[in-house]
Amino acid sequence: MTEPFLVLDGLTRRFGATVAVDRLSLSLARGEILALLGPSGSGKTTALRLLAGFETPDAGRVLVEGQDVTSLPPVSRRFGMVFQHYALFPHLDVGRNVAFGLEGAGIGRAALDARVADALALVDLGGYERRRIGQLSGGQQQRVALARALAPEPRVLLLDEPLSNLDPALRERTRGEIRELIHRLGTTTVFVTHEQDEAFDLGDRVAVLRSGRLEQVGTPEQLYAEPATPFVGGFVGRSSIVPVEVLGVGARGARVRLESVEWDVPLRAGASAPATGPAELLVRPEALWLVAAAPDALPAVVETRRFTGATSAYRVRTDQGAVLEVQGIPGAFGVGDRVGIMPSRRAGGGLHLFSRAEP
Amino acid sequence: MRAPPGLARRGLLLLLVWLIVYPLVLVLLTALKGEGGWTLEFVRTFVQRPTEWRALWDSLWISLASVALAALIGVPLAFLFARYEFPGRRVLGAVVALPAVLPPLVGVLAFLFLFGESGFVAHLVKRVLHLDEAPWRLEGAGAILLVHAYSMYVYFYLFVRAGLASLDASVYEAAASLGAGRWRTLRTVILPLLRPSLAGAALLTFMTALASFSAPYIFGGGFRVMTTQIVATRLNGDDALAMVETTSLTLLALAALWVLRRSDARDAAAGAVTTGKGVAPERSRVASPAARGALAVLSWVLALVLLLPHLTLLLVSFVPTGTWTTEAVPPAYSLVNYATLVRDPVRARPLVNSLWMASLATAAAVGISLAAAIFAVRRRTRAGAAIEGLLALPWAVPGTVFAIALATAFSVHAPLVARFVLVGTLWILPLAYLVRDLPITGRAIIAGFRRLDPSLEEAAASLGAGRWRTLGRITLPLLRPAVMAGATLAFVTAFGDFVTSIMLYTYDTRPVSLEILSSLRNSDVGVAAAYGVVLMLVSAAVFAAGAERGTAG
Repeated sequence: MTEPFLVLDGLTRRFGATVAVDRLSLSLARGEILALLGPSGSGKTTALRLLAGFETPDAGRVLVEGQDVTSLPPVSRRFGMVFQHYALFPHLDVGRNVAFGLEGAGIGRAALDARVADALALVDLGGYERRRIGQLSGGQQQRVALARALAPEPRVLLLDEPLSNLDPALRERTRGEIRELIHRLGTTTVFVTHEQDEAFDLGDRVAVLRSGRLEQVGTPEQLYAEPATPFVGGFVGRSSIVPVEVLGVGARGARVRLESVEWDVPLRAGASAPATGPAELLVRPEALWLVAAAPDALPAVVETRRFTGATSAYRVRTDQGAVLEVQGIPGAFGVGDRVGIMPSRRAGGGLHLFSRAEP
Repeated sequence: MRAPPGLARRGLLLLLVWLIVYPLVLVLLTALKGEGGWTLEFVRTFVQRPTEWRALWDSLWISLASVALAALIGVPLAFLFARYEFPGRRVLGAVVALPAVLPPLVGVLAFLFLFGESGFVAHLVKRVLHLDEAPWRLEGAGAILLVHAYSMYVYFYLFVRAGLASLDASVYEAAASLGAGRWRTLRTVILPLLRPSLAGAALLTFMTALASFSAPYIFGGGFRVMTTQIVATRLNGDDALAMVETTSLTLLALAALWVLRRSDARDAAAGAVTTGKGVAPERSRVASPAARGALAVLSWVLALVLLLPHLTLLLVSFVPTGTWTTEAVPPAYSLVNYATLVRDPVRARPLVNSLWMASLATAAAVGISLAAAIFAVRRRTRAGAAIEGLLALPWAVPGTVFAIALATAFSVHAPLVARFVLVGTLWILPLAYLVRDLPITGRAIIAGFRRLDPSLEEAAASLGAGRWRTLGRITLPLLRPAVMAGATLAFVTAFGDFVTSIMLYTYDTRPVSLEILSSLRNSDVGVAAAYGVVLMLVSAAVFAAGAERGTAG
């Protein structure tokens, strides 16, 4: 990777006894879009506010092109921000809102108007200058907020749950438009979301946060195929976690016992699993296949089933009480049927071994 | 370039302590200090005099009775206007709030002209019953309560109407679907839900009545409440005793505040669950034409009664001095009284005085409140909470008390303990008005700040706007409704102030209220009324302008 454009170096922010952001380090290439993904309370919004300069870190630095901006107030950072509720100035019209960030720069009247028009054209709102904010729909307000943040040509664009106030149908379309626009402009962007779809669709890379800490950062594919922790595995995509016993490690990976059956689980380089003893197995639904009860299959009872298209997702309970989500032929089994669980034929993907005792 | 952190905050805190707390503390100290050091002598004098206890007791029961009367008038009116539709409801709904635009002294003046021994009603009764003298005297507790009931029911009316408006229609529907009749719904559902509104109105009425000065001063006669007692004691030159009286009134006010706030907090906790979306129920149309007609007639009569004081004042202001003696209505009308106000420099002076002093006090109060709001709401510091509390304090302390406190604190030259001689100068009245205005502007502006989304200011900062540009372009414009609401009320309060002015004015700074008083004493009734009308019109105009400027844009 070339010289990173934006670096978060060990950022830490405490509120009283709680650590909202704990030694967060990330770097972004110029023009990259990074999603901060996590459940509520994971510190993602605080991280964004630290980047914007609205919060001061207790430790750590923020660097842009090698320049330390940690102690710069938001005014001097030249970071654009789109707020969750847009924070459009209700007493100014659309044009004045967009012009607000340009007015301090000493631009002439004509040039100012031209840049406002350009910014509005970017978000397909050309000619909306004299509209009042209250007259706009939610989607239009969102685009005005984006235009306002982009008009001063910020070094970094920050988006706080940018789509959470739009209805679901609009959300997907807007997502595509924003991604296309940011890539076209090449603005380095960090955005916060709690929705996996949004993170995957909009982000070049996704950083998963939990309790203020970075769990894993990577492309969506990496996060799904190689979750670094059970939390990432559980938060990204569907999965179940069951306790297993590791019997030993061989050429085909780790040999694990799950109740009455033994399976081979491929090991990834750097995985945290123990060589023997108790461990946790994270299972993607597509890694297993449901069959009629068979001697070499793990016996279980169907609890619920959910039709998903080409296959159905069955929730089954093993004799010892482990609950798994497993793929199967739609309609093959009914609730209450006794079934068997086999590793899927294209085995290898979807089974991840972790050491136990992660809370 | 930037000041050391916390300097502005500490400066503001100090200013408020100096203006508000320090004078009150000095009152207490003066009450406890004699020629030879600390003494309880004056406290003992106070405790041993039955007249003192009498005045304190009269203050208390007059205030409680005022609350009861105001509730008795205000609550049914609120229900009538909120729940029923009848001809003229809109216009009347506004008229009902009119007593609020009468400054206290002007209201008293209007009542004097209307119900006094030589007022319109007395003339009428004398004529009808062929009497030589009016069969009553507008004096004592009855007269005070009449004025209080008239001017203070508005609090109950406005609070309960707001409370009713915030009740969701579904509350009524739920009660009805559970089989509760109209009375049971009212008793078991609506009134309990209105308790916060009722408690708020009761608190405001009680505090206003306790601090009331104009009515007891003009109508009291031999009947003394504590506010008038303090002024009388001070006029006798018995300063230390006046300080003890002042302290006792302050303690009574704070005790009442404490008691009522406690029940208020309980209600707030109970009320939190019940706030609906606030879709007010449809007003019921009064069905039978006869009932509608009766209601309409009744309402118009009521409106007339409410407007009578205003109309009386207007009428009297057109009566040249000395032309009206025994006739039922004045025989001659002219604009001579108003001409006097404009042409005679001595008569015009109080208007100019009141205008500039009230404007200055209002501007300063708005400035201080804005700074306080920034510290209390945005910085969320402990000093911020203290600042907010200090701003609200003068509201709980009767105006008489503050007048005495300021007169005590600023009649001595001792720069080392931050005391200067301001009494007798141009500056003492604006300062007193400022202290009285601070809770008004403070409450409005802090509430406005709380409603302001902080991300608007953050958005401005992220767009490169510095602190002052953000303040000027974003924060202040968005706060305008709150600032205007606070400023208009503050201006009107200061402009019509009588209670602090009477203790602190000088001839050069005499405000309108004192000129009204002296005109009255000189039997210059028409001029007094003309001043009253001007006061009323300026107040109304300022309210109207404030409402307009506050919402436009």
